[in-house]
Amino acid sequence: MTKSLLAQSHTFANSQKQLAHLNGPFFENDNLTFQEHLKNNGHSTLKPTGLDIFQINLGYMCNQTCKHCHVDAGPDRKEIMTRDTMQICVDLVRKHKFSTIDLTGGAPEMNPDFRWFVTELKKAGAKEIIVRCNLTIIVANKKYHSLPEFFKEHEVRVVSSLPYYAASKTDRQRGNGVFDRSIKALKMLNDVGYGQPGSGLILDLVYNPAGAFLPGNQVELENNFKKELIERHDVVFNQLLCITNLPISRFLDYLVKSENYEDYMNKLLTAFNPGAIEGLMCRNTVSIDWEGYLYDCDFNQMLHLKVEKAAGQHISEFDLEALNKRDIIVNQHCFGCTAGAGSSCQGTTT
Amino acid sequence: MEKTYYNPADLAKFGNISEFEPNLAKKFFDYYGEVFKAGALTEREKTLIALAVSHTVQCPYCIDAYTQETLAKGCTETEMMEAVHVASAIRGGASLVHGVQMMNKAKKLSM
Repeated sequence: MTKSLLAQSHTFANSQKQLAHLNGPFFENDNLTFQEHLKNNGHSTLKPTGLDIFQINLGYMCNQTCKHCHVDAGPDRKEIMTRDTMQICVDLVRKHKFSTIDLTGGAPEMNPDFRWFVTELKKAGAKEIIVRCNLTIIVANKKYHSLPEFFKEHEVRVVSSLPYYAASKTDRQRGNGVFDRSIKALKMLNDVGYGQPGSGLILDLVYNPAGAFLPGNQVELENNFKKELIERHDVVFNQLLCITNLPISRFLDYLVKSENYEDYMNKLLTAFNPGAIEGLMCRNTVSIDWEGYLYDCDFNQMLHLKVEKAAGQHISEFDLEALNKRDIIVNQHCFGCTAGAGSSCQGTTT
Repeated sequence: MEKTYYNPADLAKFGNISEFEPNLAKKFFDYYGEVFKAGALTEREKTLIALAVSHTVQCPYCIDAYTQETLAKGCTETEMMEAVHVASAIRGGASLVHGVQMMNKAKKLSM
């Protein structure tokens, strides 16, 4: 089993080392930083547009160790959100009525309190609950086989990674055998109604490029995925969300090791799209880690870049008004969200 | 003095050709952009054609650009290599079909 960067005591397990690399020689010469790009496009600071998405990371434990994972998740990661922290989240959902609750990990389902948490969020009036399900968890162990029924019962929107409609590229990124197990899980989700027209049960897939290139046109890729998955495997889904790989954690390690780092950064900078600034996900999202600390996005969470202090950095001091006034923390990895059609956890942004 | 004629960094400077002659450059890039938009052919199909043609004209910039583009469009390595074989077959065929001309001439000259 592949180890996480943390278990390997890898340099990039240290977020400060990642940030040092991201702010290294590439930006010391001719290239303008992300902050300078924002400034040149009329944003001296980046401000929230209002908090719609309450994204909660239930822990970094996962049954997979994907090569591109920005979380550095894996079976050897033991960080898990406690029920006490979840309870504070539930209370905040009840109070503030966020439009979307986005549960992620790791594999969020591996948290022993996952089902309790979803049930409580639903009772608290959560309108939309997203679970970022890696698919293979559904077939990993008998205790997870009932997840599709559980998702259906709680009207969860399932968002699942599937980088390709064939085994070759999927397994290269996510591990041997992952594609076949993912198809099995997708069929189980389809069987209870997920992705089926008229069922109201939403199953979206996430496409991350399996390498050092940017995603293509989301609509055209979605059409290809739909055609190929139905023809080859009789699998249906709703939307394909294209997400650009950000140069952090394991993907950063891959870029450096494969000598693609500078070319990839050049690609992100060349593809900088000022039109993507408006819809940046950090402007309508707050990300919460397993200990309850707040970040502008899940990527900032992995770089340990908490929201600015004045906004309140922990859910125990949650202050919606202060959060909506905060300056969003940006760094060079943010170029991943402004490249081309823009990228977010909800797919393209323009 | 540069050591090679080709520098990978020049690919990103393609747009700079407008510096010496902006009007024609604009017309070219507008046309280029239109050509690659989805029409009767999808963007994906056009990109695979471009990859094959890149190999025919043996342009390192084009091969670099359209390898990235085909990957971005979700093409498989097999599809990409099949496209290169199409280019190769046409190039090879173009040589071979002239063999008929050679044969015609040889037969005419021979007793």
